[in-house]
Amino acid sequence: MRRDFITYCFGYLAALSLTGIAFACVFYRLLPPVQTFALVLVLALIQVIVHMRCFLHISLKRSARADLQLILFSAMIILLMVGGTLVVLFNLSARMM
Amino acid sequence: MARLTTEPELRHAGLNLADDPREVREQVESDVFGFWVFLMSDAVMFALLFAVYGTMRHATAGGPGPEQEFKFHSAFWETALLLTSSFAYGMVSLSMKHARGQLWLALWLGITFCLGAGFLKMEIHDFLTMFHDGATPERSGYLSSFFVLVGMHGFHVLSGLTWILLMGVQLAVFGPDDRVKVNLIRLGLFWHFLDLIWVVIFSVVYLEGLSL
Repeated sequence: MRRDFITYCFGYLAALSLTGIAFACVFYRLLPPVQTFALVLVLALIQVIVHMRCFLHISLKRSARADLQLILFSAMIILLMVGGTLVVLFNLSARMM
Repeated sequence: MARLTTEPELRHAGLNLADDPREVREQVESDVFGFWVFLMSDAVMFALLFAVYGTMRHATAGGPGPEQEFKFHSAFWETALLLTSSFAYGMVSLSMKHARGQLWLALWLGITFCLGAGFLKMEIHDFLTMFHDGATPERSGYLSSFFVLVGMHGFHVLSGLTWILLMGVQLAVFGPDDRVKVNLIRLGLFWHFLDLIWVVIFSVVYLEGLSL
């Protein structure tokens, strides 16, 4: 009971602080736009991992679960499709200019 | 799913299956895994909508862009509402796992619903304000892709809210039996997943637009 509760609380507080940092960076314009966006993306990635670990209970340790393999495979598909789309279309639009 | 370990720790928070026979547990495992397959197909769809948004980012055709239309405070409070509702659903899972009684379950489910509804209300209000400013989907490629992406997430939240109501009815009629519990686990995965998609939306769409 205790441990599960602590996991959820940790996830909630971590997600809240990561969100707070990201919004604060944009609100106070602490960095130039490009660096700000890069930092926001890194914070989002960390927060996705926190959500996966604390709320969706995916962990590397219990790797007997097929869930983890499914998620990693989907992440690879997503990376290929999104990355491919962006590269091809930005390249196209640069050539059309 | 053959390699089930015998560790006492349950794989999915929420279900009290410690005393149940192995077949029941394996059935639950495969039910939940099937739902993960659906969630990941949904994730692929969202990812492609993000890609479309990225390529349309500068196709504003002289129409309103993110600088004028995005409101910092409403994006922040929407995020806080959805994150808190995700945490509230975690409490639903815990009340179910530790058999804290139906009242706790219903209470946390109600809190989750209210927070989710608050999120949706704010989002609809934002959309209506944008429409009022002339930022409609047909104005530019940028706005089309924005409304498809964020609107699709909003539609998922609406589906989740309907599902929460249905689970309330199931709880009232059947009580927390095994089938209702499996449904609650699936709803939990769906609800946490929506919050995860929102993390990417507020980072890639709202904060990117507001950081210029």
